[in-house]
Amino acid sequence: MKLDTAKILQKRKKQILELWMKNQLVDFSLREDLMSNEELSVQSEELVNVLLQTLSNDNLEDVQSASFEPLYEVLETISRSRAKMGYSPRETGTFVFSLKDALLNVLQQEIKNDPVQLLDESMKVSKLIDSLGIVTFETFIKGREEVILRQTDEIAEISTPVIRVWDGIVAMPIIGTLDSARTQVVMENLLQEIVATSSSIAILDISGVPAVDSLVAQHLLKTVSATRLMGAECIISGIRPEIAQTVVHLGIDLSGIVTKATLASALRHAFSLLQLEVRRPIVKTKAGIDG
Amino acid sequence: MDKIPILKIGHFLMVAIQVDLYDRLALGLESDLVQAVSKTGAKGVLIDISSVSIVDSFMGRILGNIAGMSKILDAETVIVGMQPAVAITLVELGLPLKGVQTALNVEKGMELLQKKIQITEEEEIEDDSTLQ
Repeated sequence: MKLDTAKILQKRKKQILELWMKNQLVDFSLREDLMSNEELSVQSEELVNVLLQTLSNDNLEDVQSASFEPLYEVLETISRSRAKMGYSPRETGTFVFSLKDALLNVLQQEIKNDPVQLLDESMKVSKLIDSLGIVTFETFIKGREEVILRQTDEIAEISTPVIRVWDGIVAMPIIGTLDSARTQVVMENLLQEIVATSSSIAILDISGVPAVDSLVAQHLLKTVSATRLMGAECIISGIRPEIAQTVVHLGIDLSGIVTKATLASALRHAFSLLQLEVRRPIVKTKAGIDG
Repeated sequence: MDKIPILKIGHFLMVAIQVDLYDRLALGLESDLVQAVSKTGAKGVLIDISSVSIVDSFMGRILGNIAGMSKILDAETVIVGMQPAVAITLVELGLPLKGVQTALNVEKGMELLQKKIQITEEEEIEDDSTLQ
């Protein structure tokens, strides 16, 4: 007699769901702080519904079958949302794999007279759930990667502030290694700010850049060229002795650029370009009056 | 065919490019401008490209050409109001427009031109006085 596993499972849906919920609730990885039990049961019911709807005897042996697509979709949504909520991989994995216990349990009750068939069907079911587990992990990791990418963007965004130090002078302290993607952000922010404040002098402070190699130097040169094209002057400051050494050893030509050791001297240079002067107020001292 | 107007202000010529330059328009501008410089004997050329949002290597070369030609005709060229995206594109294309003066806006461009012309006039006077 040919057994219809899909039918059996569909018939016992309610029991499967109950078993699965019970499995999940007793498991030590249950996270009530992240998701309430009601939400969990809604999520579980949704997954079981889709699983049993898409399951048929024809596709049980073919986990790559296109008819499983809706199932994978639901699973991906759940997995992604869990990744964002801060579930650990083990917790997310347990969520899917505890379903296997429930399904096998039901199968065991239904086909208890025929061990060969039971083994056969159990293998198929467990293969299917394994494949679901793999999909879960793939999306879980993808979800995490999205989070990391977003944070990288955020760091890049906040790590390049443009400071207006004087009327017509903007400064930009760069902290961290300059790669091409970051140079792009640095350049865009700086140029945008030059337009917004119509500043004629920009100071790039590289005290926070750990190392300057030929690539970084090229990026700096590009930024300086772009600032010049806009009609502003660019000064590079914060060059540490080690950086001066590497630049010379690498044979990088920075002769076309104004470079200063500190932000203060860059600012002084900027003042002299703008024909500004900083001086102490003249205080008439007693000695001065006497003199 | 479209034309870009060339305005004469005092000793200077001013060109405001309000549309995206396509190749034929740029070539037309190049020849018109050189003609205008020689006809008016202008001392400076101010090109405002603040409305230009797209450039290619051709446009970059045309700007360089205009500056070079005006220089031969004894006129300084200042390009003003370049947008950040345009500046980045030109740098990435490897066209840093060396030899072209730039300024942030028309006002600063005018100041720069006036300063330049004063310097050259002073030099001429000095040259004349040394000759005498």
